[in-house]
Amino acid sequence: MSGYLLRRLLALLPTLLVASIIVFGVVRLVPGNVLDLMLSENDFASSSHETRAQLEEALGLDKPIYVQYLVWMKNIVLHGDLGDSLWRNTSVLSEIGERLPITLELGLLSLFFALLIAVPVGIYSAVRQETLGDHVGRTFSIVALAVPNFWAGTLVVILPAMWWGWAPPNEIEPFFESPIQNLKVFLVPSLILGASLSAVVMRMMRTMMLEVLRQDYVRTAWAKGLPERTVVMRHAVKNALIPVITLVGILVPILFGGTVIIEQIFRLPGIGQLLLDAVTARDYPIITGVFLVAGVLVMTVNLLVDLCYGLLDPKVRFDRK
Amino acid sequence: MNTDASGQGAASVAGHVADADQPVTGEAPRTLLQVRNLRTIFRHDHGSLTAVDGVSFDVRRGETLAIVGESGSGKSITAMSLLRLIPSPPGEIVDGEVEFDGRDLLELSDEEIRQIRGNEIAMIFQEPMTSLNPVLNIARQIGEPMEIHSRRDRDSIWKRCVDLLRQVRIPDPERRLKAYPHQFSGGMRQRAMIAMGLACEPKLIIADEPTTALDVTVQAQILELLKDLTRDHHSSMILITHDLGVVARYADRINVMYAGRIVERGTSDEIFNHPRHPYTLGLMESVPRLNDSDGTRLRPIPGQPPDLSNLPRGCPFHPRCRFAMDKCREAEPPLEQLSEEHWKACWVDLDDKH
Amino acid sequence: MSNVSVGSASVSSANAAEQETVSGRRRNRFMEFVGRLVRERPLGAFGAAICVVLIFTGVFADVIAPEGYNAISPLDRLKAPSWEHWFGTDQLGRDLFARTVHGAQLSIIVAFAATTLSIIISAVIGIASGYIGGRFDMTVQRFVDGWMCFPDLIILIVAVSVLGPGTGQVILVLGLLFGIAGSRIVRGAVLSVKENTYVHAAQSMGASTLRILLRHILPNVMAPIIVLYTTRLAAVILAESGLSFLGLGIPPPAPSWGGMLSLDGRTYMFQAPWLAIVPGLALTVAVFGINMFGDALRDLLDPRMRGGGGRFIARVRKRAPASQR
Repeated sequence: MSGYLLRRLLALLPTLLVASIIVFGVVRLVPGNVLDLMLSENDFASSSHETRAQLEEALGLDKPIYVQYLVWMKNIVLHGDLGDSLWRNTSVLSEIGERLPITLELGLLSLFFALLIAVPVGIYSAVRQETLGDHVGRTFSIVALAVPNFWAGTLVVILPAMWWGWAPPNEIEPFFESPIQNLKVFLVPSLILGASLSAVVMRMMRTMMLEVLRQDYVRTAWAKGLPERTVVMRHAVKNALIPVITLVGILVPILFGGTVIIEQIFRLPGIGQLLLDAVTARDYPIITGVFLVAGVLVMTVNLLVDLCYGLLDPKVRFDRK
Repeated sequence: MNTDASGQGAASVAGHVADADQPVTGEAPRTLLQVRNLRTIFRHDHGSLTAVDGVSFDVRRGETLAIVGESGSGKSITAMSLLRLIPSPPGEIVDGEVEFDGRDLLELSDEEIRQIRGNEIAMIFQEPMTSLNPVLNIARQIGEPMEIHSRRDRDSIWKRCVDLLRQVRIPDPERRLKAYPHQFSGGMRQRAMIAMGLACEPKLIIADEPTTALDVTVQAQILELLKDLTRDHHSSMILITHDLGVVARYADRINVMYAGRIVERGTSDEIFNHPRHPYTLGLMESVPRLNDSDGTRLRPIPGQPPDLSNLPRGCPFHPRCRFAMDKCREAEPPLEQLSEEHWKACWVDLDDKH
Repeated sequence: MSNVSVGSASVSSANAAEQETVSGRRRNRFMEFVGRLVRERPLGAFGAAICVVLIFTGVFADVIAPEGYNAISPLDRLKAPSWEHWFGTDQLGRDLFARTVHGAQLSIIVAFAATTLSIIISAVIGIASGYIGGRFDMTVQRFVDGWMCFPDLIILIVAVSVLGPGTGQVILVLGLLFGIAGSRIVRGAVLSVKENTYVHAAQSMGASTLRILLRHILPNVMAPIIVLYTTRLAAVILAESGLSFLGLGIPPPAPSWGGMLSLDGRTYMFQAPWLAIVPGLALTVAVFGINMFGDALRDLLDPRMRGGGGRFIARVRKRAPASQR
């Protein structure tokens, strides 16, 4: 198992390298912009050629692009330094560190709700095919797949406010000081995000259960005289969950995108808001930093997903190749 | 029970719904399982097909009964219908009786049939590679029938598992029990399946092509093992196979199936030495034999197994039959008794043409 | 050598013959397909109907709502839905029905343009990577791996922040984004087709690589590509509206459904909830229709996933006790 983990970690290195090149490349596509913007914003519009050169040197933009990349990477790897915000005197890392917990809590809660809804309903739907419950589950899934979460979020903000004057709370209390208050803030946003995610998972769970229930080993389980509950819960679900976990891995980037939107709707000061503010202000170090952190986060989750494989699938656990 | 007196003679109940009662006179061996007129259909988008069409046969205590036929002949579906292991939908058993030890399995509730499965009747499936659950260890899978059907505690289940693995000749059982199916070879998996089947000492074991997926060398070992173990436990066995070589050595009696019907039945000796149905004859001629001294050449059966949703009129075998006569194209022959132990469903008298 | 040329010539003539019969049968097969869709997948047929309505609305937007999407009329601010303004009006007095209809046009332009671009990118990367294989494949796949690590929306936001907002930019970025992600599917299909004997046969007869790609591989990966295309249409519409919702997609006054829902208009939505309901509903119905049609298409083109798992407890439904027969 540990060997498996190590292999996975090693396999991550080239991906990480490519990802960093993508981040660096995409953001530096038009480096001139930053300078022009800084100069204009700082009333240096009429400034001499000298100040521009000075600024260029200060930001390290005068060096060839690969040197810039190497310097940037060196700072990240050796010092964990993502640079400083262009406009505020804060480091990118501390800005991200401040916002990340909010995004993580929103994301994890959403994932929790998504699985809480999707897995049982998906199982039920497959085991009791063509029953009322199956149809209700599938209809929900079909509808939820089509409803964009920003529309659902907008409606949840607008309609209750119109009808009952209710607005979702958004004063975030630290979780460990008053967990209830804290969860209250996240409940509605994560339910919306979770419900929209659950549609895909539910579908997958149902399909995989149907697939697994057709397998020979399920027939063997029936032939042993096991009650249906045991056949389904012990023999089928575990097998069906393996591909569903792959799907969860695929969904994490989508979930991340969803948090950006939901944060915006419910005015939660997470990573998404940081990014959007940085985009408006053209604060490239922050954009770069968030971009990179998002990628690393997704890779970490994928690693966790791989570990879950190990727990569920003995073939992965025992393979020592 | 459907003991029709006319079943004695060369009776002919119309169509293929032939009454196949064993002679009930005298000291007939006691029957464990009596299947009458079993009919299983599968519904599909545009109708249904009859996979098992009025099959009747008996299994006597302690005997090994073989059901032989090409794939698609309905032999596996027959076996699975006995335990009602037919996926539903689309499958459905629409007619028949399966009397096992005084109960009609088709009349039992889901709960009652569950108590029989794995306990009194065990099944061993064709594909050892896919019939074991990849995410559960061997101990759990072998122990499971005992977990539900017996009052044993964990320790005693474990001990019995070790014992069972020994019986199926898997070395180092304690260690092997903790392994997962993918760590086993095909032969070992099939041994584990057999151990699983034996766990509750069933009265009847249904082995559905137990060796098809295995290497030839392993095949013989597994069959010997099955034979020995059923003998030791005084169990009966239904051996389903397409392989006549297997049947010859291990079965006491043989049912030959074609298109969901039994077309010939007899003791192994009778069937091998005096096949009376052209299909049985065809099956035997299409198997290469080493001691082929009598000069018979290999002669495969022409054509394909029939499309069950679109059977020809008359005898379902006639399009592939080299002896087919006009009558074969018009009416379906009933299963009629030729001698004490020999039955066939064919208009042609093979002895004339052989 | 002469053998080889004879071989390939006969292959190509056989192909030509095949091609002819295919085109002759095409119309017939289309009608047959529609028939199957309606009979076997009624929900898919319903989705197809929505798609047709959507495309029709988009194409004839200027006929259906001739006043255009930006007819500002200060006197008609925030009017509730009425006979005159079916969907009501917005804060600038623009008719919401007209904006929604023109929004359909915008959506399908972006959807078709970006999806087509993405499919081309997917096909080029996927076929090249899968067919050439080896080190080239590995390098490309590592790049795709890296790219796929990033959440779609983050890439979109960053890219638009670099390129600036605008319809063209959105199409370009969406095409690139989905194109790279989709190349995996095409590559997988190519790899599985590549091993087929007929490709080996064509190779051994001396057919050129390009010829094999076009004649043998492309037609065989068409089914997954078509399915990919439909699912991508919905994804592109959702992504564009999401971006525009955040104010980073297609800038106002263009009537992007997502943009109409954006936070800028939120204050007015409390007074005029139709502003929040109508564009979202249009978006949902469009995505729903495309999804349903896409699903049906996949089931009909790739029938492997059909049929259900039973419960292995056979239903016993005897007509009459056997003893009475």
